[in-house]
Amino acid sequence: MSETESKGISRRSLLKGAAATAGAAVGSGFVGGFPTIWAQNIKDVTITHVGSIYTTNPTVAAQAAKDLGFKVEMQTLDQTTQINRMLTQPTSIDVTDFGNTAMGYFKGKDLIMAIPVKEYKWWDKTVPLFTQGTYADGKPYSMQGYAPIKSQFWTDANATDYSLTPTDYIVGIPVMYNADTLGVRPDLVGRPITSWKELLSPDFTGKTALQDGVNVGVPDAAMALEANGDLTYVDKGNMTREEIDKTIDKLIEYKKAGQFRSFWTNFDQSVQLMASGEVVLQSMFAPAVTEVRTRGIPCVFQALDEGARGWYIFQMAMKHLDSGDKLRRDCVMEYMNWSNSGFNGAYFSRQGFYSSVPDNVKPLMTDNEYGYWYEGKAATADIIDPFGKVMEKAGAVRDGGALWDRMGKIAIWNTLMDEDRYLVRRWQDFISA
Amino acid sequence: MAVGVSPRTASWLQATPFALIMTALVIVPLGIIVVVSFMDYGFAEIIPEFFIGNWTDIFKSTLTLDLYETVLRHIVIVWAITLVLGFTVAYYLLFHVRSNFWRAIFLTACVVPFWTSGVVRSVSWVPLLGREGLVNQALMGMGFIQQPISWLLYSEFSVLLVYVNMLTLAMLGPIANSMAKISPSVIQAARDQGATEWQTIVEVIIPLIKPGIVVGTIFVVTAVMGDGFIVKSMSGNQVNTPAGAIMNEINALQYPPAAAKSVLMLVIVLLFVGTLLRFVDIRKELAR
Repeated sequence: MSETESKGISRRSLLKGAAATAGAAVGSGFVGGFPTIWAQNIKDVTITHVGSIYTTNPTVAAQAAKDLGFKVEMQTLDQTTQINRMLTQPTSIDVTDFGNTAMGYFKGKDLIMAIPVKEYKWWDKTVPLFTQGTYADGKPYSMQGYAPIKSQFWTDANATDYSLTPTDYIVGIPVMYNADTLGVRPDLVGRPITSWKELLSPDFTGKTALQDGVNVGVPDAAMALEANGDLTYVDKGNMTREEIDKTIDKLIEYKKAGQFRSFWTNFDQSVQLMASGEVVLQSMFAPAVTEVRTRGIPCVFQALDEGARGWYIFQMAMKHLDSGDKLRRDCVMEYMNWSNSGFNGAYFSRQGFYSSVPDNVKPLMTDNEYGYWYEGKAATADIIDPFGKVMEKAGAVRDGGALWDRMGKIAIWNTLMDEDRYLVRRWQDFISA
Repeated sequence: MAVGVSPRTASWLQATPFALIMTALVIVPLGIIVVVSFMDYGFAEIIPEFFIGNWTDIFKSTLTLDLYETVLRHIVIVWAITLVLGFTVAYYLLFHVRSNFWRAIFLTACVVPFWTSGVVRSVSWVPLLGREGLVNQALMGMGFIQQPISWLLYSEFSVLLVYVNMLTLAMLGPIANSMAKISPSVIQAARDQGATEWQTIVEVIIPLIKPGIVVGTIFVVTAVMGDGFIVKSMSGNQVNTPAGAIMNEINALQYPPAAAKSVLMLVIVLLFVGTLLRFVDIRKELAR
């Protein structure tokens, strides 16, 4: 391990200069402790980052290659395929990323590397959601569901189990996070929406929708059932079998009464349901709400009394890197440090996600952009999305306000319950009913 | 050429490549699926220990009955409608359209909708069938209804509608193929004997196109049985079928119960196709 430390020399400048100084380094042993593998030209290195549609895109890949001097190949897969590929061809992937709904799959699998905290540059500037398990003001957040702190730390370098308290080894570097609530068509609901219980309100029978699935849809349904007084839970994000039974039975009642219009499986479907007016309120992801709005259709992301459903995405390195080519491992670490150095964060911040290192993003955004996206300020000029489309006109204020107004009231996190097996089985009953 | 290879050996040699391919790509994978169906599972992992729970769940829960009741209902309805539509269109094309040019045009018209991708087609049902869609607007405009009908979309109706839209061609094709093989002199003979058009259809044409009907039936039944995509997207994930249930479990990375459900479905489909083939010798009929 000690040989990977580059005391006194910044890793980036070292890597960049590696090609140039290679000959000297090999001959003289100038860079003490580094093996001769450094002599290789990093230009020949290509690292493979497999991730979601939110985290992999050509713009960021091109910028990474330009800044780093080696090639970053990004591949986009759906979560199931991505996990299958990791399990069956782990060495075909170097860097991967997942949200909290998948983190429960990686314990004891020997797939993900334990990243020594000291190798990650931005840890001290990372929001405390991840480093301490608290909000910015130091108050602890809800531990219902897969809260960030539940999958942030490995207990030790063996990387088999997660630790609830900080250790020297992190599971992944936190990339983006956000708080989701209900997307609402203000022109069609006809009255203020302030609670999750409205999902089950008879006023909107046949006009509400949920995400299809047990990791997001069920937590949302549980928020609504609890707000409506139908059920109470010890932990909505990790239900007991008895709680699962009660939840599914109750949902079947609502389904049979025609409460739900649809259960959506992907981003486009949720946008379409809302834009076409088939649905007037539904659980939704932030960029889907903005997508509806860019079509000129009113749609708001409503702050609700009970709080929001939080989520995050970790970027992780594969464990095979530890025992493989050391240059590759160093390039991967360099890339991961780059990921949170600003460009990438500014790019996805303009889509409405939050960066785990806001300080690095701020210099790369205009005051107007940062003010609108992070500080809850009214836009002083038009807000443009990363694709050049006008997203908001001057004067607009982000739904829910500033970062910690939106992120500071999480009721539940996206999840993978311990009783997942039972829940999926009962979910089948629900769909069949 | 004859270097002492007996005819028996020669036929074994001829069959070997296909046998190897079948074994490697069909029998071995199926064997693995059967084995996995008897294993336990955890989070994204198959635990290689004998576990009968996947099968007891299939045979003891009402879920299996619900799933097959739903899919059988779909099959019967879709089969009946596509058979009537497919037969009617094929009959018209082959026995009433005289010019080959127009026959080709009409056949092409049947295929045109399939030139777009399945995703585009499934998306484009929403502006047609939705609450604010064209059908509802037209019905309301004509005064037939006061409130938009919501069961046109995200319902069993919309699932069946899309099946019929997709699969009529699968029934039409084999039927038209069988009809084309009927010699005009046979039809002429029936007419000369004084048969009405209806009598000709029932007593001459239908018996002669049985193989086409069987092939079309196999296409339609296996397509509906194996579909999870249409049923999910068109019902808004509110109708569950055996294939949809398998997809749900695969998405949750729970392979053993999905494997058990797949084996059961395979057995049912094979039994069905086997039974059909007992009534009609497709090989003999197709060779005609």
